[in-house]
Amino acid sequence: MDQRTRRQAYEQRQRKRSLIIAFLSTSVVIGAIVVLIPLLPRWDRVRKSFFDGEIFADSFPRLLRAFWLDVQIFAWSVPLIFALSLAIAVSRNTRSPALFPLRAAAVIYTDVFRGVPVILTIFLIGFGVPGLFDSRAWSNPLIWGTAALVLSYSAYVSEEIRAGLEGVHESQRAAARSLGMSTSQTMSTVVLPQALRRIVPPMMNSLVSLQKDVALVSLIGPIEILRQAGLDKSKFANFTPYVAAAVIFLAVTIPCTRIADYLLNRERRRTGATAVS
Amino acid sequence: MTSSISSISSTPKLSLRNVRKSFGTNTVLDGIDLDVAEGEVITLIGASGSGKSTLLRCANLLEPLDDGEIFFDGVDIAEPGLDPDPIRRRIGMVFQSFNLFPHMSVTKNVAIGPRKVLGTDKATATTAAVEMLTRLGLADRADAYPDQLSGGQQQRVAIARSLAMNPEVMLLDEITSALDPELVGEVLDVVRGLKADGMTMLFATHEMAFCREISDRVCFLHQGRILEHGPPEQIFGNPQETRTREFLQRVTDAGRF
Repeated sequence: MDQRTRRQAYEQRQRKRSLIIAFLSTSVVIGAIVVLIPLLPRWDRVRKSFFDGEIFADSFPRLLRAFWLDVQIFAWSVPLIFALSLAIAVSRNTRSPALFPLRAAAVIYTDVFRGVPVILTIFLIGFGVPGLFDSRAWSNPLIWGTAALVLSYSAYVSEEIRAGLEGVHESQRAAARSLGMSTSQTMSTVVLPQALRRIVPPMMNSLVSLQKDVALVSLIGPIEILRQAGLDKSKFANFTPYVAAAVIFLAVTIPCTRIADYLLNRERRRTGATAVS
Repeated sequence: MTSSISSISSTPKLSLRNVRKSFGTNTVLDGIDLDVAEGEVITLIGASGSGKSTLLRCANLLEPLDDGEIFFDGVDIAEPGLDPDPIRRRIGMVFQSFNLFPHMSVTKNVAIGPRKVLGTDKATATTAAVEMLTRLGLADRADAYPDQLSGGQQQRVAIARSLAMNPEVMLLDEITSALDPELVGEVLDVVRGLKADGMTMLFATHEMAFCREISDRVCFLHQGRILEHGPPEQIFGNPQETRTREFLQRVTDAGRF
């Protein structure tokens, strides 16, 4: 039977109608932006100092090379953040009285590092810790900048993991324990895998945020993309390098959020749970 | 009613003595005495909140007791400080809400207990799991995930998961209460099979007809006590206690008998 019911025909008409409306309204909004903004009185000067094509082309490859340093800091930070925050989250979940100092330390740690702005942590650790050592080898701002990022972000990510652990229903633990699993087996085979799937979206948000905050490390010395953009800005007396840097960041952060969404949806489909829109 | 309940066998498999449990000021188990003989099927009936589920959870040490003893093969497993893990692997439990592990396939759900707890290697545990699933009529769902199954199928997987540990006693906690009426039968069929195999079972249920059919003895719980117990013919045919009669009347009035 190829005959569509009246209801199906109606729904298809509705879908077509929504599509047309969405297309028209998007065109109107984009058209308004493109037409109206250049009508602003000083648009011409802003365009010259922020959107200069030649400066963009000149600066872009240099920025891209500098961005490689951001990528490296990021790549070092992520596994360290993951390991540290996991350790903190799990230790906050322990019950043994012998581990009380560990639990207390975890609580103080998360309170302190979530309470201090990332930039301050970078200053304090980046300038403070190298002073503890005689050797110049220990004064590498890259190491301490990365350490500061790891300490700051682990405080947030550990709270996300902890929320994920607590989000696994008590009945799952009961089922695992009733099979004779120990507390640590229950944690590693039943609770943690479910918690980690749950925390993918908040954690990816934190990682996207980290990708941007890597630029803050520039404030204690390393010439990474933000610093390079600042140098180029001074050289050309023009803000276009900042726009170019923003474009480079977007080229990385937008695909990352899309990948996170894709992974999450695939997981939902695989286990059969349907998302409520 | 005397507090001590003797069983049909001289050496009970599971024996509860003066088991007490409170949550805050709410006394849930108020001195339970119960002997379960090897191969015996005992059903627990009673209103919601009468202590059926807590009794089962205590028997599996999922809830610590406030007072009392639980003898399993003559050993007090409720002794404070005793490691509960080796005991739990010998006692199977099936929950009202299935509690399958949603991130594992059906086969892995069944194989995970033997693999992690008994140290069975993956291949052996998987083969045994598939055999167990086949026995319960779930061979074609072996690769599915729990969320893709009907409630009845999920509960049968949960029973398979528990049986995979080769338990000596099964605790069944209202295992059909979360199921659509037309799915109850397939789960009860599994319980019939277990009885035929001689499994010792402690079964909290609201399915009175099935309770009458399968029980060796029925215990009526009221306010944390076993108010009346006996063979099903007696409890359903000639209940001695007013509370039992009232409960059965309410169940009948609700059309659940």
